[in-house]
Amino acid sequence: MNAMVELKEVTKRFGSFTAVDAVSLTIRSGEFLTLLGPSGCGKTTLLRLIAGFETPDEGVVLLDGAEVTQLPPYKRNVNQVFQSYALFPHLSVRDNVAFGLRMQKRPKAEIDARVAEALELVSLQGLEERRPHQLSGGQRQRVALARALAPRPSVLLLDEPLSALDAKLRHAMQLELKRLQRQLGMTFVFVTHDQEEALTMSDRIAIVNQGRVEQIGGADEIYHRPATRFVADFVGQANLLEAEFLETRGAWTRLRLQGGLEVSLPAGAWPVNTSKALVSIRPEKVHVSKAPIAAANVFEATVTDEVFKGAMDHLSLETAIGTRFAAIVANESALQEAIHAGDRVYCGLHTDDLVVVRIG
Amino acid sequence: MRFPNFSRLPRPSGLAAMRWSFSAWTVLVFVFLYVPIAVLVAYSFNDSRLNIVWSGFTWKWYDQLWSNTPLMRALKNSLVIAGITTAASVVMGTASAWLLHRYRFRGAGILQTLIGVPMMMPEIIMGISLLVFFASISMKLGFTTVIIAHITFCFPFVMVAVQARLAGLDPALEEAALDLGATPLQAFRLVIVPCLRPAIVAGGLMAFTLSMDEVIVTYFTASPGSTTLPLRVFGMAKVGLNPMLNALSAVFIVATIAFVLFSDYLKKLSR
Repeated sequence: MNAMVELKEVTKRFGSFTAVDAVSLTIRSGEFLTLLGPSGCGKTTLLRLIAGFETPDEGVVLLDGAEVTQLPPYKRNVNQVFQSYALFPHLSVRDNVAFGLRMQKRPKAEIDARVAEALELVSLQGLEERRPHQLSGGQRQRVALARALAPRPSVLLLDEPLSALDAKLRHAMQLELKRLQRQLGMTFVFVTHDQEEALTMSDRIAIVNQGRVEQIGGADEIYHRPATRFVADFVGQANLLEAEFLETRGAWTRLRLQGGLEVSLPAGAWPVNTSKALVSIRPEKVHVSKAPIAAANVFEATVTDEVFKGAMDHLSLETAIGTRFAAIVANESALQEAIHAGDRVYCGLHTDDLVVVRIG
Repeated sequence: MRFPNFSRLPRPSGLAAMRWSFSAWTVLVFVFLYVPIAVLVAYSFNDSRLNIVWSGFTWKWYDQLWSNTPLMRALKNSLVIAGITTAASVVMGTASAWLLHRYRFRGAGILQTLIGVPMMMPEIIMGISLLVFFASISMKLGFTTVIIAHITFCFPFVMVAVQARLAGLDPALEEAALDLGATPLQAFRLVIVPCLRPAIVAGGLMAFTLSMDEVIVTYFTASPGSTTLPLRVFGMAKVGLNPMLNALSAVFIVATIAFVLFSDYLKKLSR
């Protein structure tokens, strides 16, 4: 697939603060890419660099193969959906959506047809004459979307557009955005700090931290194979334990985890010539049972805390040698099998669920 | 901007005395505000030259007013000066507010202060300083000098009104316009100015009013040919009160009320 947006060694500083630090990023044509990171990580600045609201201090920005580094926003074929929607309050829904087409000086008949088409895409027919203040939050969001789609940009940028909606509407819009993107085959670049949103919609996710892209990949890759400590910690919950190499014997490598727990991994999973790394274990991958488990990497632990969350039980475990674990287990409706604080339990770790994360 | 419809709180009970005194106070305030105006309007129809005795209804003061050529010329002067002043103030005030709001540059703070000073400066000082200035560059006093003087103290009011509105404006609005292909000038004209319209209209009305009834600065900067209505009235009042002035005031009161109603209507439209 060819590249729609390319950032090459792009750096952007605000005074002494480096918002974007030598980022290289390729966004493929027709993909839904999410820039995910905590607030202040530089994800919005990355988006603004693509839109043209900021120009980089170093590096180049390419759009559909052409360099646009110094091009102002009104000369770039990208449109943005703003976090505040930024609908023009003095214009009707129709005129808001037509704004971009009018700037392109399209003939009136074409403008009318494409406004109707854009409004149909977001199911807003019949509201053409309303003003923004006469619409609900969800409807405004759709107008912002239609307004950005109507000029048919080569890339649609979305800056946390769903953050102002309530949880239910937000979830519906996530699915709808994904549907729209597939239907139009358009390149979407979505910025969010909400990992669930990112996992639901994206073809690929770029994890941004302190002005750098830490990892880029599909949702399952990011979740199951985090490349850095930050990614493991930021996406989902993870038990991150320091691990020390002990020995490799045959197909297995033995490690000592922080706290003294010893586990075995397939030899290939451990980076060569490394003595120390981190091991990430997702809480839902920790098998917890009151009965002994017959498998490798089993240890005993005490439940120190239990939080009942309906479908799932969130447990805090402490092993005899001091290692702390978070575990998430399905609830047992049979009372005698339910796990409570103070219980002695057996924990099992499947070797596939131990993810080695390099330090640094 | 719409406000939520919250139900009004009941008045606290057991405060009857306070209620009475507040009501009395309110009545008093309105008496002092409007009784003189009402009396003035009534006497503008009084047949007697003396304000204190009522001797019958007449339109003659209005007739006299209409046929008083110097007064009518002064009114025309005032309207021309206030009109030009308002137009220039609106353009300059809006442009300077946008410049100070949107762009960062050295000396922006000093510029803001310098523009604000004429609003606070005693008019007598402004009048004298402008007179000395015009004399020193040997500019002949007349319409131009009066208009320059009026713009000097009127446009800051427009700027302040527009700045207040700009402070509450979503900065993404301009970016959205640029993003959709508008040049910075188009974005300003098609998006920012319409969003600022209520403030521009309010500032313009303020500028017009200030220019219309300004006496002191005008006194120093006008020539006999460019005498404004307030200056003329002031001159007439010095000689003695003429019931014609009552009629003139009544006309102005009606115009002012129309003005206020019109601006309320505009406010409703912009909502």
